[in-house]
Amino acid sequence: MNLPRNEGLYDPTSEHDACGVGFVAHIKNQKSHAIIEQGLLILKNLEHRGATGYDPLLGDGAGILIQIPDRFFREEMARQGVTLPPPGEYGVGMVFLPRGDASRRACKAVIERGIRYEGLVLLGWRDVPVDNNGLAQTAKDIEPVMRQVFIGAGPGIADADALERKLYILRKSTGHTIQALKLPDVKMFYVPSMSCRTVVYKGMLLANQVGTYYLDLRDQRVVSAIALAHQRFSTNTFPTWDLAHPFRMIAHNGEINTLRGNVNWIRAREHGISSTVLGEDLEKIWPLIYDGQSDSASFDNALELLVMGGYSLAHAMMMLIPEAWAGNPLMDEERRAFYEYHMALMEPWDGPAAVAFTDGRQIGATLDRNGLRPARYLITDDDLVVMSSETGVLPIAQERIVKKWRLQPGKMLLIDLEQGRIIDDTELKRAMSTAKPYRQWIEQSRYFVDDMPEVKSHEKLTGPLLHVQQAFGYTQEDFKFIFEPMAILGEEATGSMGNDSPLPVLSDRAKSLFNYFKQLFAQVTNPPIDPIREEIVMSLISLVSPNPNLLGVDETEPTPRLEVHQPILSPANMAKLKKIDELTHGIFRSVVIDTTTPAAEGAAGMSRSLYEVCTRAERAVGVGYTVVILSDRSVSHERAPIPALLACSAVHQHLVRVGLRTSCSMLVETGAAREVHHFATLAGYGAEAIHPWLAFESIAAIAGQLPGKPTAYDAQKNYIKAIDKGLMKVMSKMGISTYQSYIGAQVFEVVGLSSDFVNRYFAGTPTKVEGLGLKEVAAEALRTHADAYSADPILASMLDCGGEYAYRVRGEEHMWTPDVIAKLQHATRSGKVEAYKEYARLVNDQGQRHMTLRGLFEIKSAGPAVALDEVESAKEIVKRFATGAMSLGSISTEAHTTLAIAMNRIGGKSNTGEGGEDRMRYKPVAAGSTLAKVIGKSRVARDIPLKAGDSLRSAIKQVASGRFGVTAEYLANADQIQIKMAQGAKPGEGGQLPGHKVSEYIGFLRHSVPGVQLISPPPHHDIYSIEDLAQLIHDLKNSNPDASVSVKLVSEIGVGTVAAGVVKAKADHLVIAGHDGGTGASPISSIKHAGTPWELGLAETQQTLVLNRLRGRVRVQADGQMKTGRDVLIGALLGADEFGFATAPLVVEGCIMMRKCHLNTCPVGVATQDPVLRARFSGQPEHVVNYFFFVAEEIRELMAQIGIRRFDDLIGRSDLLDMRKGVDHWKAKGLDFSRIFYRRPEVAGVSCRHSEAQDHGLFNALDHSLIAKAALARGAKVVIESPIRNQNRTVGTLLSHEVAKLKGHEGLPDDSITIKFTGTAGQSFGAFLARGITLDLTGEANDYVGKGLSGGRIIVRPPAAFRGDPCENIIVGNTVLYGATDGEAYFRGVAGERFCVRNSGATAVVEGTGDHGCEYMTGGTVAVLGITGRNFAAGMSGGIAYVYDEDGMFAQRCNQSMVVLEKIPPDAKQADDGLHHNNQTDEAQLKRMIEQHARLSGSERAKAIIADWTRARARFVKVFPNEYRRALKEMAATRLKEAV
Amino acid sequence: MGKPTGFLEFQRLSESYEAAETRVRHYREFIVRLTDKQANQQGARCMDCGIPFCNNGCPVNNLIPDWNDLVYKGRWREAIEALHSTNNFPEFTSRICPAPCEAACTLNIPQTPVGIKSIEHAIIDKAGENGWVVPQPPKKKTGRKIAVVGSGPAGLAAAQQLARVGHAVTVFEKNDRIGGLVRYGIPDFKLDKRLIDWRMAQMKAEGVKFVTGTMVTGAALPKGVINDAKKTVSAEQLKKDFDAVVLAGGAENPRDLPVPGRELDGVHFALEFLIPQNKEISGGPGNPINVHGKHVVVIGGGDTGSDCVGTSNRHGAASITQIELLPRPPERENGALTWPYWPLRMRTSSSHDEGCARDWSIATKAFVGEHGRLKAIRAVRLSWTEGKMSEIPGTEFEIAADFAFLAMGFLSPVGGVLDAFGVDKDARGNARADTEGADGKLAYSTNVPGVFAAGDMRRGQSLVVWAIREGRQCARTVDQFLMGSTTLPR
Repeated sequence: MNLPRNEGLYDPTSEHDACGVGFVAHIKNQKSHAIIEQGLLILKNLEHRGATGYDPLLGDGAGILIQIPDRFFREEMARQGVTLPPPGEYGVGMVFLPRGDASRRACKAVIERGIRYEGLVLLGWRDVPVDNNGLAQTAKDIEPVMRQVFIGAGPGIADADALERKLYILRKSTGHTIQALKLPDVKMFYVPSMSCRTVVYKGMLLANQVGTYYLDLRDQRVVSAIALAHQRFSTNTFPTWDLAHPFRMIAHNGEINTLRGNVNWIRAREHGISSTVLGEDLEKIWPLIYDGQSDSASFDNALELLVMGGYSLAHAMMMLIPEAWAGNPLMDEERRAFYEYHMALMEPWDGPAAVAFTDGRQIGATLDRNGLRPARYLITDDDLVVMSSETGVLPIAQERIVKKWRLQPGKMLLIDLEQGRIIDDTELKRAMSTAKPYRQWIEQSRYFVDDMPEVKSHEKLTGPLLHVQQAFGYTQEDFKFIFEPMAILGEEATGSMGNDSPLPVLSDRAKSLFNYFKQLFAQVTNPPIDPIREEIVMSLISLVSPNPNLLGVDETEPTPRLEVHQPILSPANMAKLKKIDELTHGIFRSVVIDTTTPAAEGAAGMSRSLYEVCTRAERAVGVGYTVVILSDRSVSHERAPIPALLACSAVHQHLVRVGLRTSCSMLVETGAAREVHHFATLAGYGAEAIHPWLAFESIAAIAGQLPGKPTAYDAQKNYIKAIDKGLMKVMSKMGISTYQSYIGAQVFEVVGLSSDFVNRYFAGTPTKVEGLGLKEVAAEALRTHADAYSADPILASMLDCGGEYAYRVRGEEHMWTPDVIAKLQHATRSGKVEAYKEYARLVNDQGQRHMTLRGLFEIKSAGPAVALDEVESAKEIVKRFATGAMSLGSISTEAHTTLAIAMNRIGGKSNTGEGGEDRMRYKPVAAGSTLAKVIGKSRVARDIPLKAGDSLRSAIKQVASGRFGVTAEYLANADQIQIKMAQGAKPGEGGQLPGHKVSEYIGFLRHSVPGVQLISPPPHHDIYSIEDLAQLIHDLKNSNPDASVSVKLVSEIGVGTVAAGVVKAKADHLVIAGHDGGTGASPISSIKHAGTPWELGLAETQQTLVLNRLRGRVRVQADGQMKTGRDVLIGALLGADEFGFATAPLVVEGCIMMRKCHLNTCPVGVATQDPVLRARFSGQPEHVVNYFFFVAEEIRELMAQIGIRRFDDLIGRSDLLDMRKGVDHWKAKGLDFSRIFYRRPEVAGVSCRHSEAQDHGLFNALDHSLIAKAALARGAKVVIESPIRNQNRTVGTLLSHEVAKLKGHEGLPDDSITIKFTGTAGQSFGAFLARGITLDLTGEANDYVGKGLSGGRIIVRPPAAFRGDPCENIIVGNTVLYGATDGEAYFRGVAGERFCVRNSGATAVVEGTGDHGCEYMTGGTVAVLGITGRNFAAGMSGGIAYVYDEDGMFAQRCNQSMVVLEKIPPDAKQADDGLHHNNQTDEAQLKRMIEQHARLSGSERAKAIIADWTRARARFVKVFPNEYRRALKEMAATRLKEAV
Repeated sequence: MGKPTGFLEFQRLSESYEAAETRVRHYREFIVRLTDKQANQQGARCMDCGIPFCNNGCPVNNLIPDWNDLVYKGRWREAIEALHSTNNFPEFTSRICPAPCEAACTLNIPQTPVGIKSIEHAIIDKAGENGWVVPQPPKKKTGRKIAVVGSGPAGLAAAQQLARVGHAVTVFEKNDRIGGLVRYGIPDFKLDKRLIDWRMAQMKAEGVKFVTGTMVTGAALPKGVINDAKKTVSAEQLKKDFDAVVLAGGAENPRDLPVPGRELDGVHFALEFLIPQNKEISGGPGNPINVHGKHVVVIGGGDTGSDCVGTSNRHGAASITQIELLPRPPERENGALTWPYWPLRMRTSSSHDEGCARDWSIATKAFVGEHGRLKAIRAVRLSWTEGKMSEIPGTEFEIAADFAFLAMGFLSPVGGVLDAFGVDKDARGNARADTEGADGKLAYSTNVPGVFAAGDMRRGQSLVVWAIREGRQCARTVDQFLMGSTTLPR
């Protein structure tokens, strides 16, 4: 590896990659050179899925894996006088060697010695001929020397399998030896492959360079029956030859989210593994995985281990990437048992993944449980299989194709070349799952804690409940905000607005250790999951027993297993586990280890106690205890609890180190854990289950006071339910679906703990600004304990008030205090600068109150002060300001428009937020007009006078996961289009607008039915990976080439690396938001515990972009509780060009931080839709204008002081920042900001601020010719014919943009422009297609067809030459019609996963769908004429789907939590009860759709249905969302009332 | 948290008063406290703000949203605990506090604040009636002795806090009964004095010793300041006998009006009228001033003036006129620029409702007398521009007056107490001590080691609630001073 070292905040371990993958294989194992050529062609045709760095010649890597071309090697080696043994009796090692002669010799010597040592025979070395012409210089600079080593099987090696294993051992052991040599250029050394079956050619190459660089690949004698090809898209631009795929066995598209946990567990297992096939050799492979390896490389290592250890390739893949089996009623018993059995052996490697794998004899591919990557394949009548991320990558005559399909979630495609056949998923898994009596084994060996008999518990509190609560730092807020809502509703409470209390390290109060840990979340490189709507993939099952031997392939005696359904142990279950010895007759033995420390012995005592806890755990496991329970129940006046998280992680890591971790399970019994985040951190650092004893005691104590007076048991049950849901949410934020792989996954970062401390107890967790060590952590915990037993008169009778969630004078500090708000409002309303200065002083001066990292910064002078009038004017500076993305919905019409008017007045930018925008706002404003005159009186509760030249249009149009109101017209009216990847207050989560907030106006704006709840999914369903983002950016750029495309990220560790990837994906603009941003509604744990301050994320982004030479291509905006000019100045110095403000302008408009946005009761009319309250709105655009000018003037004064005249000269000058001197706060004094302030020495030509434009490559779009031919100006009907191929992406969008510019959403008359395509369409075919355009494609299409369809019509049908039955072949890819608002689509064939996701108005007919069809749909009409996948209609709140229920099983595949299934009555029998969809009867509507489908797509299925209509109608099922029914009823009632 | 939509469903309901015609016939409290149900409903109006501005607007930082919610839920007992956790004497504040909390209430933006004071009133009275207010004697005695000089709300708050953490506290009061201005400055019809005795009984049970009729230092007092002291005790003695001294006297020195005729019979400082009245009601000698059938002019538009109006009405004055130098405040403040702060606006007290003429922008030029007795007041109208006043020529006029009460505020502590202790004074003559403890000094500590100052004696004349705040906070630093650390809240 050749990545730069840690530098500033940049850390190479944050690198991500994703890509395009594909293979071609001859089923009958017929080797040919053509296969290799086709493999190389796949690469070329997937080029757009890769990326280039700052140098267009510098790709991210590509490669190909083929079978060993025996004849070729034989002849080549013969020329050296080497005679190769027969095939299968020799192996080929492809070796990257260092360029330095000495190093190279050393490496070769180690390999040669290793060959002898392993009893193999060195046959010879071969120079691999290469041609590095055309490679980027930086790639050439580190180009290794390419050699192949030929190794013969020695005596005693029985067969090819044995040789393969020996070669594996040889590669591993020599690799370790060479790494240990510490050669200067050892990083060039790498062994892409060493096998007797396969060889890998790869490197730091562009897709089309693989075939030109490696001359071998051009040689006709190089033949293979398989070619596995991969093109990489990395987030960085650092050339690395080894990170290219394929690896030895796989090529991967996606990301393993659980990587750290998986790697840790592999390490933990080292001591517990034994293998009959590898025997003693097993010792040579450790460490299996090096630190800092990529996820794909690590996965490859794990797969190799399993295969070499004796599992079959498919078996091993099923262990690593199991299907979602828990709670799947459609899966057969045996298969479920197979997965259930194997879960004890290996936790899932979880995350979006399309993995193609091969060992040279079999080749296949599998998809993650949620189907988050595309993988299409086809089979020809002459035995070719082509699998790839996209269809259309090889020109194959239609008449040869017998099947076109896709990999489905969790499914596997396997081709056995030796058997010469495809083994389909069902057959394969049936064989696998019936090979051994797994069900019987599980039943024999499994113990369910829940099912065991109750045992009596004699646990008692050691003192009054109040004091015990205080010893763990309980506050009154823990009851009000945590326990009560959970115990009553079984749900975590919702909060609103952002977090404005200090970081724990800055707080004067004693904080719990949990709070220093920030949850990581998925953004861009992997998607979060929706744990509610996609619950089918989630599982909370936890095994609380030791792990069996991973490589015990042949064992016949199943290892006993102890299970819990979910990890929060009730008092009853805890009692059982303490007596597990008796309950299981000694099969399991539990031990309780006290985790309290003598309070009197202080910090030193705690350190000692912690050590003792670890050694006691070690001793206990050593003597055979299998369940270790860490307990702080003995807390008392004298004994203080060790922070539970510290004890948990310390013991976990200690047991891993001493090799005992997999011999036991670790449970934490603590009084400290009470909120979701606490449980998440304990799990993340190793707890298999948790018993929050004090939370249970506390809930029992209040149960009687709660509404409805639940019993203690019921209240506790609700609490467990709430925590479980919360845990799923936290896991899913990171895209992790099983608790099992979340355990020990350490998906957190730390803010405010020293690296010494973290490395010791939480090794592997990033911490960037230092902070507390063990001594201070202990002091903090002991302080909490001491307070509990002190004479404090207030604490004598009640808990501390807290003040974390709502301000209290004696509680936690907040940035927004009554005075700060009052001064800001008075200043901006009166225009008095003195009042603003008072406000700014209150915010900026953090001498006494430490609140933010930047509060501790000091700004240094760049030179002598300059006169104020020499400094850039405020008028210029305010253009850099934008207001935040707050939707009309989250805030009122009045508040929303006021911001837009103000920002347009000053030349800044306002943001629509994710709720669409009223097209009336695009119109110019005449003198004397008012808000009500522009958008309609009925929609305004308080009018706002306007001036001539005002504009209500938001310059920034947001595109969020809900895609509400995202139409061609909306996008055409943008100056900037912002893709919201994450939101500061709740990164990794979606949102929902409850039905009662969806007013008539909001329903209109969002293309939904008033009163129907609206769900924004956690992920964008067209962004599961970085190359998907590149595609969406491309789509949006096509939708409006004049607008810049912005990507909004939230600060977390590694955001800089993500940002680099985003810039490579061609974003023009980046937003780095802090964790403290506002929200209209979010679970409170997300507001508090996810994300980091923007200071960190911005600095990391700046440093990483400069390092990657990408900074010049984007504008960077910092966002998150920006309040004053000083904030802006610091943002600029850390690297921001622009600045986003949200909460402060809202306060200017009247917001008083009620934090009631989610209740719709905002008393100042800002964040409510209630017209009565909106009438109280008092904000004025002038106030907002005043605010921004005040801020700008403050900036100017600061600039004058530090001697800088131009704002541009501030950007990136982190050298002008320093830590404030003399900080003697007991906690804050340990902080070290040097990594934030790090500034790379300037390099000529490397910009550190925005300076150039992205090249979006739109010039070669097919649409240019369509636009020319369409001749919009003429207005005549046209029909155009055109071929199309997969590289023609986003076809029809530029054309639609032209239509939208001219005609708005109304578009053109139907069929004005008809384009007949033939071929395979690239991704996003017909995205945002405008009304009046018909795309009629004969062929097939890839993912995202009709994304954001805006009135146009799309038809896709198979070519006449294709012989397959359309109902059994795929025609369009995944995520079709995502966010469509209007229009029609007819697909003669089957669609992939998530068909019509978030459709809000389009009409579509399709002949079959994948999983999650019609997910989150809010409107429109869908007819499915064939089989659907699972989880149909999840989160569907509007519109209607009609499904032809062929096999009568639809009900089982449909998620009925929000919908009901009904029959279609005959037209005449459907009463007009006001519930008609589109004012038509179901029969009329459905029949018309099917007839239309038959007519337009020529569908035989449609014709057959129509021909046999009465019978067919009876088989149709109507999917009717409950919310929609309610809304229709209400509307009908209103109509009735109005009529009377 | 209250009821999310309570503020939209329920109107603000103020406490009602006994009718003016009947209440002026007696000196008893005439406010009708909310019923439990009314209080529940008024509690429901609280929006449980993310930032409760009331919590900040209240000088003792009462946990207003918390006890509003408890009252809404009918958890009265917890409500009084929450209330007492920040406020030693809610029975005082719930009656006589002008309620800056309500000015700061978020619902005051549309001018309908939660009736915080009325809810507080309901809580403490209910607690009193149910016997929930009991002594909280310390578990341990520290053996440290503290003298508190002055038994007004600041002194009492400090004394109670210090006694509860185990110190031996002695309160010195020059007058014959404790309570300071709460006892004597505030008419009985606004605050029933039995409440002070009730609270004093609690404090005695907690270990506080009260020494009344004892003046600290024997310096002469200015005219108009009542002094019942029969004994004196010197500053030196206190410093010797006690480990710490808290100076919590008042700012009793009244602002005078040195215009011609000031010496006339019938011109009095307000307290010369009010204090004897209170004494008379509590069984003392009769008030030497009786305004029955007389024309009364009250000079000064503040609360003390208002008390003079109320008392005069009860005497049966022939006419009452209250005049004020400053201009008439607006009926409604510009909320956009004042909220959440205390607004200057026209306020009409219950005493005004009982009958009185009010006039503004008037300067008193002279007291006009006959035979040494006041007959009228000569005044002139003023014009105010940008904070500066000027007399309007030709507007001089006279108001008939048999009595004139000067209620123009108080200037500074009296009696040379500060000098006797050698305590530095600020420009206004108050004890110099800060509230934050800057520069390594303890908050509320004076330049004299072991001597602390709190309340009006330190900050100048102010509200009862500020006095309670200072007394509490001062107690905290005294405890810190004596013990090295403290558990008392700020």
